[in-house]
Amino acid sequence: MGSHLDYSRRLWVRLWLLLVFVFLYAPIVALVAFSFNDSKRNIVWQGFTLDYYAKAWNNASLFEAFTNSLVIAFVSTLVSTVIGALLALALWRFRFPFKPVAEGAVALPIVIPEICMGVALLAFFSRVGWPNDLVWPLNLLPIVAGHVAFSFPFVTVVVRARMAGFDRSLEEASKDLGASEWQTFRHVTVPYMRPGLVAGALLATTLSLDDFIITFFTSGPETLTFPVKVYSMVRFGATPEVNAASTVLIAITLALTLVAMRLQGSGAVAAEAGSREKRP
Amino acid sequence: MAFLVFLLPAAFWLLLFFFVPLSILWVVALGEKHGPVEIVITGTLRNYARAFDPLYLSVFAKSVWISGLATLVCLVVSFPVALAISFASDRLKPVLLLLVILPFWTNLLIRTYALIAVLRGRGFANDAIEALWTAAKLLLSPLGLGGLFGARYQPVEILYNDTAVVLGITYVYLPFMVLPLYATLERLDRSLIEASLDLGASQFQTFWRVTVPLAVPGIVSGLILVFIPALGTFLIPDLLGGDSSLMIGNIIERQFKAANDWPLGSAMSFVLLYLTFAILAFQAWRSGAQARAARAGPGRNTLG
Repeated sequence: MGSHLDYSRRLWVRLWLLLVFVFLYAPIVALVAFSFNDSKRNIVWQGFTLDYYAKAWNNASLFEAFTNSLVIAFVSTLVSTVIGALLALALWRFRFPFKPVAEGAVALPIVIPEICMGVALLAFFSRVGWPNDLVWPLNLLPIVAGHVAFSFPFVTVVVRARMAGFDRSLEEASKDLGASEWQTFRHVTVPYMRPGLVAGALLATTLSLDDFIITFFTSGPETLTFPVKVYSMVRFGATPEVNAASTVLIAITLALTLVAMRLQGSGAVAAEAGSREKRP
Repeated sequence: MAFLVFLLPAAFWLLLFFFVPLSILWVVALGEKHGPVEIVITGTLRNYARAFDPLYLSVFAKSVWISGLATLVCLVVSFPVALAISFASDRLKPVLLLLVILPFWTNLLIRTYALIAVLRGRGFANDAIEALWTAAKLLLSPLGLGGLFGARYQPVEILYNDTAVVLGITYVYLPFMVLPLYATLERLDRSLIEASLDLGASQFQTFWRVTVPLAVPGIVSGLILVFIPALGTFLIPDLLGGDSSLMIGNIIERQFKAANDWPLGSAMSFVLLYLTFAILAFQAWRSGAQARAARAGPGRNTLG
């Protein structure tokens, strides 16, 4: 094959790639670097410090917001994984009328503009008279409901992709050997599904932690969540404290993403990201 | 029986927390405001008429313009990237793809916030431009052109204007463009490019008359994947834009928060939704037509 097809070896293509990666990474690297900067104003490098991590840790409302966001992500992940996986099994296993319609309906929360879903949930919780002054953690329920609605379709995609490689004769063998329907499901189907479940769950956690718009519209006036707290801090003026808290969140999502990719192979995650149309 | 157990939880959740809220929004759009919180549903179409008021129409037009421009910038920036990745060695390919995807797993708010530090008056972007400015001044001064530059560097205003919004959208949604382009270029029949080059076409001619036409499906998916979320964005113009960079998302957000005019906000959301559905329907029709063409005559659709 001719080397004239080796576009990736051309100098201008390499320079272009380099520039694009600098464009993509420089802001994030700068944000992380300045969380360690010993200066109130985020402009010039003054020396290394961990002060702002301590400050962020001791900032009661920031800490509460962070905890709330982790709780939301945890509950949303549990629910999304269960209902997403069940739906994947339904779509994988059964033929039923209007199946393409069902598949399209599940994809809708992914493709419509996020702000429309956000204001729809806001209108919904206000029209059904959902109380604003519930005690913790019940006040987080509207946010969890929204997060599950856009996360479980992704779990379904991942689990269904995993099940596509399942050999149905294993289930038949299990039943022939005397196992009940439930035993077969529990000891044959679920173990095969497990990597898909774990990857789907990690994806749901990342989606929940990455979300801003839905959280912004579903948080009650008294509910503190990390994105909404950071939003108000940013509007007030950038501080290294925000950088420190953001760095912690970046580290968490980065770790989760890398684990998920390990589990499924990076190609699958690439396909995933491609189907993740509206996010973030 | 088992089927219902599998299907019902998801169906229930989707219905209750997605379709019902959207229906409520649709109904609120047909209502009238009576008092600060009371909305009476009268079936009026006035909110839709108001959404097309020249004032809001200009915001719609501006949103289409800004997100369209940002989408095109994404396309121009991404094409060489996708081409390079699809022609990279098998060892390098997953690494490059991972590098494109990773930033996109960071919270949208954090990424937008990170851009502020880069774009502001004394930020890195201005530092880089200042370095270029100083170098150019040093080079051109001996030619007697130093006077063109003025005595001191004036920071370029990149933040809090439309340019910042276009940059922000490009920054946030770039992976949406690279991935579908890569998927198409990866599957492309390379012998066609070889043939074009062997038959005497230059690299430039081959690029425009073979590679780009073959990549059209990926280009269209990428344009749609970037344009739809960009059109509805609210955070990017809110944090990076100036007073005049309002987009539809900001106006909708305002109706639901500060301005407290939910019927108008709902009507605007539905205009945005109908626009999205129209784009998606166009895409479905296009890929359907392509599939039919492929069935009708394999091999003939490649250059069509």
